[in-house]
Amino acid sequence: MRRTLFDRKIGKGITRPPGNLEIYSDAGFRAFSIFCAWSIILLILFILWMIGKQAVPAMEKYGFGFLTGTTWDVNKQQFAVLPEIWGTLYSSILALIGGGTLGIAIAIFLTENFIHDRLAQAFRITVELLAAIPSVVYGLWGIYVLIPLLRPVAHWLHEHFSWIPFFQTELSGPGLAPAAVVLAVMILPTVAAISVDAFRQIPAKVKEATYGMGTTRAEAIFKVLLPTASSGLLAALVLGFGRALGETMALAMLIGNSNQISLSWFSPANTLASLMASSFPEAGGIEVQALMFAALVLLLITFLVNLGGLYIQQVTMRKFEGVK
Amino acid sequence: MLPRSQEPDTSTSETVIDCRVDKIHYGDFLAVRDSVIPIEKNKITGFIGPSGCGKSTVLRCLNRMNDLIHSFRFEGQVLYHDQDIYAKDVDPVVVRRYIGMVFQQPNPFSMSIYDNVAFGLRLNRFKGDLDKKVEKALKRAALWNEVKDKLKASGLSLSGGQQQRLCIARAIAPEPDVLLMDEPCSALDPIATRQIEELMLELKNRYTVAIVTHNMQQAMRVADKTAFFSVDISQGGRTGYLVEMGNTDQVFENPQETLTKEYISGEFS
Amino acid sequence: MKDLKTPKQLRKEGWKELNLKREPFEIRSLSNTTFTGVTWTLALLAAVPLFSIIFMLLKNGGARLFGPEFFSVLTELPPAGFEMGGGIGPAIVGTLVMVAIASTIAIPMGILTAVSIKMLGSDSKLARAAHFTAKVLTGFPSILAGVFVYAVLVISFGYSALAGGVALAVLMLPTIIIATEEALGQVPKRMTDAAFGMGCTRTQVMWKIILPTALPGIMTGVMLAVAGAAGESAPLLFTALFSNYYLSQMNEPTASLSVLIYNFSGMPFDNQIELAWTASLVLVIIVLIFNIFARVISRKKT
Repeated sequence: MRRTLFDRKIGKGITRPPGNLEIYSDAGFRAFSIFCAWSIILLILFILWMIGKQAVPAMEKYGFGFLTGTTWDVNKQQFAVLPEIWGTLYSSILALIGGGTLGIAIAIFLTENFIHDRLAQAFRITVELLAAIPSVVYGLWGIYVLIPLLRPVAHWLHEHFSWIPFFQTELSGPGLAPAAVVLAVMILPTVAAISVDAFRQIPAKVKEATYGMGTTRAEAIFKVLLPTASSGLLAALVLGFGRALGETMALAMLIGNSNQISLSWFSPANTLASLMASSFPEAGGIEVQALMFAALVLLLITFLVNLGGLYIQQVTMRKFEGVK
Repeated sequence: MLPRSQEPDTSTSETVIDCRVDKIHYGDFLAVRDSVIPIEKNKITGFIGPSGCGKSTVLRCLNRMNDLIHSFRFEGQVLYHDQDIYAKDVDPVVVRRYIGMVFQQPNPFSMSIYDNVAFGLRLNRFKGDLDKKVEKALKRAALWNEVKDKLKASGLSLSGGQQQRLCIARAIAPEPDVLLMDEPCSALDPIATRQIEELMLELKNRYTVAIVTHNMQQAMRVADKTAFFSVDISQGGRTGYLVEMGNTDQVFENPQETLTKEYISGEFS
Repeated sequence: MKDLKTPKQLRKEGWKELNLKREPFEIRSLSNTTFTGVTWTLALLAAVPLFSIIFMLLKNGGARLFGPEFFSVLTELPPAGFEMGGGIGPAIVGTLVMVAIASTIAIPMGILTAVSIKMLGSDSKLARAAHFTAKVLTGFPSILAGVFVYAVLVISFGYSALAGGVALAVLMLPTIIIATEEALGQVPKRMTDAAFGMGCTRTQVMWKIILPTALPGIMTGVMLAVAGAAGESAPLLFTALFSNYYLSQMNEPTASLSVLIYNFSGMPFDNQIELAWTASLVLVIIVLIFNIFARVISRKKT
């Protein structure tokens, strides 16, 4: 790069070409940037490698059966996580149904002129506060408020509707239902925030055209706005689902840590994250490796789901780029 | 129409920037073709023409600002003191130290008024009295009286017209060899416009100025030389090109090209 | 004028009168009203847990905190099984220390990485890969951060507050990177154009103009990340473990508010459970303080 155009001073002014310090710091910082950007990529690879390295002995020993077996027994050295995979997915799906609906409802509530702007702002703060509360506090609340509240309801449902597989058992304490409810509350801010963005992306012209035809608010929302924002809402749901999958503490405290597979909402269950939370401190040797294997499984599931959600978001953005 | 305060300078002087455009592309779009625009030392060169004729594009080529646009491709030469600034190994940063720019939309930095004006001075390692230089620049930009008591206030807290004058002060403080101005007065009221025009006339004594303007009267008032651009739609696209260039008097009173005659008489704009 | 029909005649022919009024019992109107009601209900439903939690925090946690025991609760050591009294002192210190360690690591690293991604530009494959990696890592399950640090540090060096801090840093890092990138991107292009126009190198534009202008936005993101880290407990379970005493060295296990809440919540002793609520209240207050800081900073920039 030619850094000086001339070998004499040009013009009468104060300006001069960049000095050596400026040139070298520019080149130096650009090199440093490359190094820094690589660091985050190396970090994720390092994480995968560290966990994978520990998991390999367990992977060799248990193979695919790890994913299909149902016992986790330290003494017998038998480890398998199917109940945990089931629990993780089932609790997250239930949470998604509840939290997703609430999240989208809130997004509609906030963006479609249901309340005055000031109130909407206050409501938005409420939702953000929900997101700020730590997981353990949700767990604590779940144990001492939610479970006592749900017990009589569960009992009533079990009494009268036990033929429905969801209500097969009694809620004796921790179980799927309280865990799913708390999880729903925890993911609804995520779903709401992304959904609000999805609704805001709809160009104003679309809304004008819709209302201009004389639709009621409900008709406008169901017939036009929801379909238009659908891919953004889908991304919100998928990312909320991803968040639910990764949740640990509240679930560890509320799900019951019992390795069984059941459709009943009131039976205790276990998730990959809670399994790790409860078993790790006391674990040694092969159990640690089996837990690392479980960690890999959880990593893979969350990674795939988050990937899917991000991809859908990308596609949505591109869809609207043309309209603008 | 306001009278000129100075007679236009019709003497010939050294060409500071010799801009020879073969083709300017944005991606596949041919924006400007075949134009040779010599910018003479210590003169004000005005670029006029209808919208979309490429005058801003050409102006921005003179200090390699268009490099910031990804799809931009320049074919031709821009000789600054006989050095081609588009040569392969030239660093645009160097070019921009010599050739400064005032943009169409005001764009002060998010710092105090003082720091905005001092920015160029500090960047170029000025070791003298900063306060004096800042004051001088603000006075020339017709802003000193309005901000002298609030130099620490943020540049963004000023009104639009004041922000533009701040940007002008910022650009002239480090005294660049050439000053490019892209419709600098479009956001200003008539009084401020008049003051900036006086500034340009004062600046040209030491420096060189090139200005893009939509306002023909402004060109008539300040420019020594005028370059008239227009749009060529014959090939299906909208490609700008230089129609006519010469001393301002001659271009406005005795234009050589029909197109120039039509534009000046207001038949299109 | 004779040709005009009377309204009666028109009605006989089947013409209806123009009615611009809202008919509340027409099916369209009815379903709209129902929908409005349902949406309101759902929205309010979502607010219920928040108010319930706040209520419980103040009632159960506040009982211990806002009373004569204020000072002792905040400074004493956690009680053992059948003991009465005691406090959450070590836990508060532990949380603050580990958040500080995490911040020292994650904040500079995160900001520099985001700056680097922006410097490389959006057509750099490396920049896009790094951005994507950061986005994916924001969804990283918190317990896996603990598992990772366990594998890296704990196996070789044992449980420590340092390990806990590193685990929290791993969780903070992606959030800080993404938030900083956002803030850097918000700097108006015309401002960077002006900087380039004055003859700044890319590094100078970044450090003299973009970073200072984006600083409020960056600080907001950082505060939110810190708030999140303070509340985390899963990554601390097997890195910092727990301790009943005040922290004296970085390389030993330490208590933390979140782990204390977890441990005490399952215990059958009323004293412990009360302390769990108190610790929750203190933790939520700390998190809220950071959140409010973040909001104040973001409002100041406009």
